Amino acid sequence: MAELSEGQKVVRLQVPVSHDDIKDLEIGTVVYLDGVIYTGREGVYKRVIEDGHEIPLDLPAVSNANFHCSPAAAIEPDGSYNVGGVTATASFRFAKWMQRWFELSGAKIIIGKGGMSSSDYRELFVPAGAIYLTTVGYGTGALLGRGIRKVRQVEWFEELGNAQAMWVFEVENFGPFIVDSDLDGNSLFEQQAEQVNKNIESLYQGLKKPALSRYGETDDRNDELI
Amino acid sequence: MISQQVIQDTAYDIMGRAAIDIPPDYRSGVEFMIEKEDGLSKFVLQTMMENWDAATEDRRPMCADSGLPRYYVKVGNEAQYEGGPIGIEHALREATARATHDIPLRPNRVHPLWRTDHNNNVGINAPEIDWSFEPDADWIDITTVHKGGLFGTDYRMLFPGDGIDGIKRFFLDTLLSYGKRGLACQPAIVGIGLGGSKDTTMVLGKQAACLRVVGDRNPDPKISELELELKELGNSIGMGAMGFSGKSMVSDCHIEVGYTHTGGMPMSVHMFCLSSRRATARLFADGRVEYRTDPQWFTPYMRRETTSWQN
Ligand code: SF4
Repeated sequence: MAELSEGQKVVRLQVPVSHDDIKDLEIGTVVYLDGVIYTGREGVYKRVIEDGHEIPLDLPAVSNANFHCSPAAAIEPDGSYNVGGVTATASFRFAKWMQRWFELSGAKIIIGKGGMSSSDYRELFVPAGAIYLTTVGYGTGALLGRGIRKVRQVEWFEELGNAQAMWVFEVENFGPFIVDSDLDGNSLFEQQAEQVNKNIESLYQGLKKPALSRYGETDDRNDELI
Repeated sequence: MISQQVIQDTAYDIMGRAAIDIPPDYRSGVEFMIEKEDGLSKFVLQTMMENWDAATEDRRPMCADSGLPRYYVKVGNEAQYEGGPIGIEHALREATARATHDIPLRPNRVHPLWRTDHNNNVGINAPEIDWSFEPDADWIDITTVHKGGLFGTDYRMLFPGDGIDGIKRFFLDTLLSYGKRGLACQPAIVGIGLGGSKDTTMVLGKQAACLRVVGDRNPDPKISELELELKELGNSIGMGAMGFSGKSMVSDCHIEVGYTHTGGMPMSVHMFCLSSRRATARLFADGRVEYRTDPQWFTPYMRRETTSWQN
């Protein structure tokens, strides 16, 4: 494992997790998972929340960890699976479905890329008692692929295609992830962005503005795109 | 005569190499950056190194978002090959479909409106195949690039009066906006396209990011200086991998230029991510194939300035 700096915390959690398992987790802690996790992103959310299909798994009994990702995987002619790796996709796009998804799925861990805004954490995650884990890098597809022991099932492959289907994985020492949001809705990304923002003004000092502006252009570079 | 079979098999082969093995130039660029980091930023970069090792050991894709696989073909003016250009395009589409299943790559390519997925990364205008030519050569170079990233690219029409300031500002704007939370999966090879028609601006910037290696410099000494200046500027933002506070934003910066409208200075910025996936093969007339990770795309012929070409 990569060398950890002093004071860096590492935990290993069994999924499904209980409230007690995650209540003391702090932002910045490195996490590895064992147990069962499933993928779910816009395709699954739309199908369940907007089109009213039943979730084809017994959630949260089977798992309460939802990974925003699609695997690099193929189904062989004999029906077996070849999973190369898994890499997260950016989560902020899914905010509009999360409240309903928490209600329907009982998810307590959302794994993805880049986190969500702290208002999403406060309004959606905190009431649901859920934390957010970010993947590392983010391109750690091969390391995460190693942590997948078995494909338990794939749902809606025909309907949604390989990338949007619901993949259910049995995992072991699956990680690393970093806690971005704890149960209080604190965000590591926002904390780090504050650090970065301090320097921005000096970067732009002395650089004159272009002749032609663009609609919506702002000079406040503390803003984020998401 | 270069056979169809060799073309297809080689195109298939480089798909796997690109998806699995991080090019050594990019890797040593990151190794160098680790030294300057600490805390979480260091942990992130070290984890990436482990990830590349795992990918190579297990022969699995380094990143499961295998991007948009595509090809760049450079045909020697004297090259003889079976099936003509149509034959090459067919072989590359075939290789893409086979490699997508076998490696496996993620079948990312879908119809933009209907979201239909052929599960093989082939479809309308996919994979893209860019052509270029080389005088006095009888080989064909085939390069594949699997560029990831829904984020990290932007275009802007600047004007001559905006000058270097305008370039620097737009460079910073793009890095900051897509660097936050690490959306662009930095440290990145940042490619900049300057000039040309608007579409050329985009193409040149993309090629500068994906088809030049870390450490390569533009032959124009002033442009080369600007490349280094922008690299340093990017790394002085105070942001590193994942948008954490750090110094590792730009592993290198490459600029490519094209003659443009006298009133304008269009600019594009592209970030080639932590999975800077590229692989090249040279197919010789006698059937030999040589593999490498430096596409050597921008030859003096590509950057020629006048009507005729003399070596
Ligand atoms: S930007 Fe690159 S490293 Fe990041 S998820 Fe996409 S392909 Fe992987």
